[in-house]
Amino acid sequence: MIEFILNNKRIKSSAKSGMSLLHFIREEQGLKGTKSGCKEGDCGACTVLVGSLNKDNSISYQSITSCLTPLANVHAKHIVTIEGLNRPKELNVAQKAIKDNFATQCGFCTPGFVNSLSGLALQHKKVSKEDAINAISGNICRCTGYKSIEKAAEEVSNKLQNKDSTNELEWLVAEHFVPDYFKEIPEKLKQITSRGSDVEGVLVGGGTDLYVRHADTLLDQDIQQATHIVGHTIRVHDGVCTIDAGTRVTDLLNHKGFKSYFVKLPEFIKLISSEQIRNMATLAGNFVNASPIGDLSIFFLALDSTLHIKKANGDSRYVPLKSFFRTYKKVDLAEDEFIADLSFELDNNNHFNFEKVSKRTHLDIATVNTAIRIQLTNNVVYDVAISIGGVAAIPTYLHKTTRFLKGKELSVVVLIAAQEVLQSEITPISDVRGTAAYKRLLARQLFYAHFISLFPNQFQLKDFIA
Amino acid sequence: MKNKDSYGHVRGESLFVDDITVMQGTLHGLVFDASIAHGRIKNIDYSKAENLEGVVRIFTHLDIPGENQIGGIIQDEPLFAENEIHFMGQPIAFIVAESLAIAKKAKSLIEIEVANLPIITKAKEAFEKGLFTNAPRTFKKADVNEGFKKADYIFEGEAFTNGQEHLYLETQASYAYPLENGTIKIISSTQGPTAVQKTIANVLGVAMHSVELEVVRLGGGFGGKEDQATAWAAMTAVAVYHLHVPVKLVLERHDDIRMTGKRHPYHTFYKIGLNKDLKIIAFEADYLQNSGAAADLSPAIAERTLFHGTNSYYIENVRMTVHSCKTNLPPNTAFRGFGGPQGMFVIEAAIAKAAQELNIPAYKIQEANLLQEDDEFSYGQIAKNVLIQKVWNSAKTTFNFDKKSKEIDAFNAKNTALKKGISLMPITFGISFTNTPMNHARALVHIYQDGSVGVSTGAVEMGQSVNTKMLQVAAQSFGISSQNVKIETTNTTRVANTSPTAASTGADLNGKAVQLACTNLVDRLQRVAQEVLELENKSSISFYENYVYVNKKKTSLTWHKLVSEAFIRRVSLSENAHYATPEIHFDKKKEKGHPFAYHVYGTAITTVTLDCIRGTYEFDSVEIIHDFGKSMNLGIDIGQVEGALVQGLGWVTMEEIVYDDKGILRSNSLSGYKVPDVFAVPKIIKTIPFVSDGDDLAILKSKAVGEPPFMYAIGGYFALQNAIAAFNPRYNRKLDAPMTPEKTLLALYGE
Repeated sequence: MIEFILNNKRIKSSAKSGMSLLHFIREEQGLKGTKSGCKEGDCGACTVLVGSLNKDNSISYQSITSCLTPLANVHAKHIVTIEGLNRPKELNVAQKAIKDNFATQCGFCTPGFVNSLSGLALQHKKVSKEDAINAISGNICRCTGYKSIEKAAEEVSNKLQNKDSTNELEWLVAEHFVPDYFKEIPEKLKQITSRGSDVEGVLVGGGTDLYVRHADTLLDQDIQQATHIVGHTIRVHDGVCTIDAGTRVTDLLNHKGFKSYFVKLPEFIKLISSEQIRNMATLAGNFVNASPIGDLSIFFLALDSTLHIKKANGDSRYVPLKSFFRTYKKVDLAEDEFIADLSFELDNNNHFNFEKVSKRTHLDIATVNTAIRIQLTNNVVYDVAISIGGVAAIPTYLHKTTRFLKGKELSVVVLIAAQEVLQSEITPISDVRGTAAYKRLLARQLFYAHFISLFPNQFQLKDFIA
Repeated sequence: MKNKDSYGHVRGESLFVDDITVMQGTLHGLVFDASIAHGRIKNIDYSKAENLEGVVRIFTHLDIPGENQIGGIIQDEPLFAENEIHFMGQPIAFIVAESLAIAKKAKSLIEIEVANLPIITKAKEAFEKGLFTNAPRTFKKADVNEGFKKADYIFEGEAFTNGQEHLYLETQASYAYPLENGTIKIISSTQGPTAVQKTIANVLGVAMHSVELEVVRLGGGFGGKEDQATAWAAMTAVAVYHLHVPVKLVLERHDDIRMTGKRHPYHTFYKIGLNKDLKIIAFEADYLQNSGAAADLSPAIAERTLFHGTNSYYIENVRMTVHSCKTNLPPNTAFRGFGGPQGMFVIEAAIAKAAQELNIPAYKIQEANLLQEDDEFSYGQIAKNVLIQKVWNSAKTTFNFDKKSKEIDAFNAKNTALKKGISLMPITFGISFTNTPMNHARALVHIYQDGSVGVSTGAVEMGQSVNTKMLQVAAQSFGISSQNVKIETTNTTRVANTSPTAASTGADLNGKAVQLACTNLVDRLQRVAQEVLELENKSSISFYENYVYVNKKKTSLTWHKLVSEAFIRRVSLSENAHYATPEIHFDKKKEKGHPFAYHVYGTAITTVTLDCIRGTYEFDSVEIIHDFGKSMNLGIDIGQVEGALVQGLGWVTMEEIVYDDKGILRSNSLSGYKVPDVFAVPKIIKTIPFVSDGDDLAILKSKAVGEPPFMYAIGGYFALQNAIAAFNPRYNRKLDAPMTPEKTLLALYGE
């Protein structure tokens, strides 16, 4: 039995745990305000909010795409659809801002935008205009050209500047951001006991990849929830950072320790999918998916990360991430194994950079992505690791290039030579994301981009072009 | 006034086809379509699928009681493939089951054997093989060969624009159910209810009055639901015809993208001749239009390419020919601009080429050739009330074009890793269906006895806020507040024989009809008021703010009271009016006439910053002077400008349709086909209305606005070209849109 609160309604359902939340909302509950636009997390029309009870009885709300969310993952949560944001005969703040700014035309994407902006209001932090735009980064509108929506988002964030942080929910209700029943939700959620995991079925983390392809087949099946067997915390201890397999991309961004180590982390993370997807997608999910262009795979490869792999019986082993990916979509993971966590060494002497180019800069799959971790001593490469995606069947660790660079003094000549080594290690193919020739050129450019970004006083583009 | 639908939109209460509460016993349909682009069907085995529990019936061409034909302009497109498959995604059968999940399982059980036939995906190959969907069309003015003889400079080249997926957020959808006496009612997401009704009547072999079409609203159309909504509605109607129960079909996104046609790709060969003073004295072009496997709207789109082949320029000698090439792609179709953008792109490409060769900025050529009052278009219409020079100059001064250009030159001289580009883009776009007989509309206006008003027209609401504009016309005509007026659904039993809501004409045609109906009602109500108020005549009577005014002075007679007085006096409170655009005509034999009610003018200045390391770019600003006439709703109209511009920028930058050599669509999902997101739009979009008198043929002198601004985006393409050239002086401009990051990077580092 899956139990949760849908808007202001207690749900007890015997539906299969693999059914998508979108299907449940629209077809089982008949709530038609949540729209189905693409069923692959790429349009945001089905955006809903998911609220999780914290230990202090507050609730943390995040936006998610309901098309990719298995019903199992919403047990004991508060799910808010557009119907649950409506106030009787009056508009809430996000709704009014959209209406007043002509930020809705055909209206099909609009409930998704309202949810994303209402989710912004429910964040337990001060939000900026930039946060407001990020909140709608996963919502596609084909009519407006977004300028009116930007204005609406700005209006919402402006009104949030006065939020009373001592009594957030009271304030949000009083100021008409959310209906007043929200105040009763923590008590109601407390009454729902946790649910044992299904013992059979496919193991699902965030579902953001699996449900793109298999939502139809999982509709009438049970799934096993990854969150029942793996954690979702980030720990820093003795110079080692350990991240649980169930950690979501958003958690990386919100973790102070992790964030402090990567100065440009918000910029990097912004290149990875959208707010909604980042709120769902897990670390291990990106690894087991084994996409040759997995952004997190590339990110953590360059950190020389190690995976901790477990079995249900408690057996465990460690595998370097760079040997985890075997061939296209094949990884070093047995049927009865799962990834428990990932760890890597933190070293403040490291320079780190992540680059990604795709057809659309945001919410797109990379054509080529690459990361570098480099340590210099007197401009000599003491340690370096470079990863690159989209140029081979697996996320690639550039063994030869890194070996070539180690011990050398950084110079334009050395980097041009290293780039040639890089070209010998990649085998891109032509596909919908680009031709092989383009990917090779892009690999070269992004390799140089690492050094131009990390050492702007030492390297400039013009040094590398004849 | 805000979009009248926005209250329901923001609350998720607005109804789309998929949201309508279904009747008990409703069945669900799924299309079984071709997985190859060209072949002969040898055998199809439906038995396993038919035997699956929950499958009710699978319909094929054999189940069509009337004609297996859905072609609109040319009857060349079957609803279901019979012996031959002509494109990947071509419907072969319609599976009807108790649930969508069952239908999907059934689909996987259908076994088909085909013999492969040669596949053509490129217009040029079809052209060379002589495969066409329609005869070529040519517009000629004066003598182009003589023109070239006189030219000081002649440049030739090729230009290519790819297709574009509509990506309306609401996919194609239809819900059909039986009424009594054999009538079928279909709620469809279509821009053309009458076309769907007529086609279904023909497919079923029944009279049009037995098919009722209803449209509530569309979750975006952009032309993609003008002709291409018909097949889905027809399939549900066929199923209802046989099964007598409600049947629903809502396409899944992947099915929609795969099976529906898109904006036409064009491959064009052009030649341009200029004088030393930069006057274009001769222009010729052969446009190879990739029509896909059937004509669909290609003939009409081809025509509009010719109408806009010279954009905003006066050119003395012209010869333009469009060839509608038949390929094995889904039939390409209407998309905002309707061939106009493809035509305008070519003349701008020719100008860019000439400018590059002459080593001058393109705007100097553009500026030297802008249309003037009384100039003749290639199609014989004499340009009247021409505003293009005014809006061009206004854009240049208002947005400091000269200063910006100099700043960009200075920036480019200083920077290597970043380069900037700037462009000017003038537009002149003709308003009217180019097929003159389509320029008519009707409106049915009821004043209920309580004073509330219901308005029905043939206009379909798809986000452009045509309903809000209709409401404004009615409320203004009656002098009543907007909450007294309701715009009804679009329904063929209330307003018949409609033209599709397309060609930016929805508000003009339907609004004029509403205005006529209201005027007639006002006339009757004035007579009633004259009686009630015991006046000598009615000429001093007006209606304003829900009251009757005499000589502009408020009386105690309210609108509501007046209406009830009229009702008691047995005065008709309903009116049906018909409007047909005056003045327009076109002779398709001579290819000359006066096809447009008026033109819309504007100029955009676009700046872009190019990251020369990564080949990515951001548009800094698009600043526009746009001729709205006297906008009746500036908030809505600016929304149309911004939306069209961004959609256009998608077309010329990131939206890349990829068919492989086998005619299989590779960009077949939202993860593979990218449209602009919130970060991809220009940092600044500024739209300043050009103050003018408007046009009498525009509703309330408020000019049509749906399509023209799309073409401002062509300026974005050329601004980007200029930025690339600033980095790579050896860059030989390949005018091949969209300018994806791939093409951009290859251009930066190519020869």
